[in-house]
Amino acid sequence: MRKNLSALKAAFPYTIPVMAGYLFLGMVFGVMLSSKGYHFGWAVLMSFFIYAGSMQFVAVNLLSSAFNPLSAFLMTLVVNARHLFYGISMLKKYNGTGLKKPYLIMGLTDETYSILCSTEAPKDVDRVSFLFFVTLLNQIYWVTASMAGGLLGSFFTFDTSGIDFVMTALFVVIFINQWKSQKEHLPAVTGVVVSVLCLIIFGPDNFIIPSMVFIALALTIFRRTIERRA
Amino acid sequence: MAMTNTQALILIAVITIATQLTRALPFILFPESKKTPGYILYLGKVLPYAAMGLLVVYCLKNVSLLKSPFGIPEAIAVLCVVVLHLWKNNTLLSIGGGTAVYMLLVQLVFK
Repeated sequence: MRKNLSALKAAFPYTIPVMAGYLFLGMVFGVMLSSKGYHFGWAVLMSFFIYAGSMQFVAVNLLSSAFNPLSAFLMTLVVNARHLFYGISMLKKYNGTGLKKPYLIMGLTDETYSILCSTEAPKDVDRVSFLFFVTLLNQIYWVTASMAGGLLGSFFTFDTSGIDFVMTALFVVIFINQWKSQKEHLPAVTGVVVSVLCLIIFGPDNFIIPSMVFIALALTIFRRTIERRA
Repeated sequence: MAMTNTQALILIAVITIATQLTRALPFILFPESKKTPGYILYLGKVLPYAAMGLLVVYCLKNVSLLKSPFGIPEAIAVLCVVVLHLWKNNTLLSIGGGTAVYMLLVQLVFK
């Protein structure tokens, strides 16, 4: 119990930026879904099980067009393929996390990943509980906000356009933090340059998968250089 | 609702399975009991940095440099985030400040 409380206390500050982002985006998701005629329970159900922000926004469209499970399945694989990256880079960190491991994997969103890949649990805190609480807190924010959004539905009147920039800002900040923490900038530069090139070549709707392939390829080619410098 | 409750439930189940598949696959392919190949470990070490670059680009993917407002609000707001963060090194301030600037820009200046 003591162990859990100290881990919860240590985890909370790290999740504050994500809380801000999730509360806004979760509410927006809830409002959008309710505007398509779905009761707020549906928003909660989706945020609990799917728990993948950008995909849930795509899902709102899927749920309001013709029923096509196969295309929904493929679409989801494409939109969420970046999770494969996160999983590979968390293999080591999630070793020995025991019973909490399935939940840690299930809750590995962009934002949870962005916190956990760049943060180590403080020295006096149980490592596994820390990972668990960061993941759990983030999902609590997301589910609560979706429910609130679904309930408020059409009552929303203030102009929220531009609010989704919260996520961009969060990723930029993490990018800077990672940049400052490393002497080796080749992986970060590769990520940006390859993604921009793929965005130009393949366009905004199709660039994620090629970006991932070419990033992996480029980093494979650079392996010797990077490992020699390290 | 465009479909029946059953259809909506099936669709949500399908999306859940596909999403969780993308999350679980690396852990299924490289279980703890087996030694993970050095190449995969190397990728695990360098991918976070590259992935964050990809995520930033992903967030900005719908910005057009050829159509008005030519990505100016995004450029200003990202610059604000960078400057604020290098100056004060306060995560919430950088994110909140940058987002506020962006919202003001798209709501009042570049309508």
